[in-house]
Amino acid sequence: MSKFKKKKDGGTPPISTASLPDIVFMLLFFFMVATVMRENSLKIQNALPVANQVEKLDKKNPVSYIYMGKPSAGYEKFGTEARVQLNDQFANLTEVGAFISAERAALREELIPFLTVALKVDRDANMGIVGDVKQELRKVNALKINYTTGVGDAMTNMK
Amino acid sequence: MAKRSAPEVNAGSMADIAFLLLIFFLVTTTIEKDSGINRKLPPIEELEEDVVIKQRNIFTVLLNGKDQLLVEDELMELKDLRSAAVEFLDNNGDKSCTYCNGAKDPSSSDNPTKAIISLKNERETSYAAYISVQNELVAAYNVLRNRRGYELGSEKGFKDMNFIEMQKNYKDARFVGNKQRLKIVIDSIKLEFPQKLAEVQ
Repeated sequence: MSKFKKKKDGGTPPISTASLPDIVFMLLFFFMVATVMRENSLKIQNALPVANQVEKLDKKNPVSYIYMGKPSAGYEKFGTEARVQLNDQFANLTEVGAFISAERAALREELIPFLTVALKVDRDANMGIVGDVKQELRKVNALKINYTTGVGDAMTNMK
Repeated sequence: MAKRSAPEVNAGSMADIAFLLLIFFLVTTTIEKDSGINRKLPPIEELEEDVVIKQRNIFTVLLNGKDQLLVEDELMELKDLRSAAVEFLDNNGDKSCTYCNGAKDPSSSDNPTKAIISLKNERETSYAAYISVQNELVAAYNVLRNRRGYELGSEKGFKDMNFIEMQKNYKDARFVGNKQRLKIVIDSIKLEFPQKLAEVQ
């Protein structure tokens, strides 16, 4: 028995895992910050057109979203024409008025006149359906609308 | 020769590196914000008597089902629409507008407060084309408002600021300057070049 035992050859030392929590927290924070909560799951194609004279949609005031576009893959049974989507489901034009009433009912009374309706319309949709929805909105007196667009050169919309 | 095991890597600074990255991403990430063109729909109550508007004060823009643009009964390319609309709004036919420098053509609009742009589209018009046209018409108003912003701004002590920048500064909490006076300037520009954009169904 020798007092000075030869150091055992341990091969590679184990990698320290002390920093693993840091890395995990970092990722967590990053995704917490960068993630935008999607309010509705879309059942339609929704590639927005672009414009460069845009104003930011003021989130201080209440906003309701109406989506329009062709049913996306998996929902072909709803046809190939552009459809309206309210919340999570396809809707008929007649339901737009009821939708706005429901949105208003959920608001504080003093905010009701400031309700903006954001129309998120697919670039390939035609104006027929948009005009119909606008007419429905006029009927329920929801007159503040916003055509939501991306930011870019408007000339690229028309190919 | 005796084999030596590799020394353990010091992990003490790992947390610092992680925080550095975290702060970097925190600073550089921008959360997407919706933006778009704001419009106001006309109320549905029909006016009792028809308002008579002179033909020369109306600038008709028609977008047909094939996305072709017909401006004042003439075929036009989208890229020419902005300058044509500016020319129409800035015309000053009755010479009452002191801040216009248009052609004063008596067969075109009287002054910017009377000039109306009428946009008509068909059901088959594509939404992308419609937005492009809306964008160009808003741009035409912004061109004139920006020009007026430079003129009025230098008089009222907001030098080298166009209308868009004025609006941005008005909303910016860090803006140093008199916001009330800025608001007055913005409102007066809006009155001088009111956005009169009618949509025909």
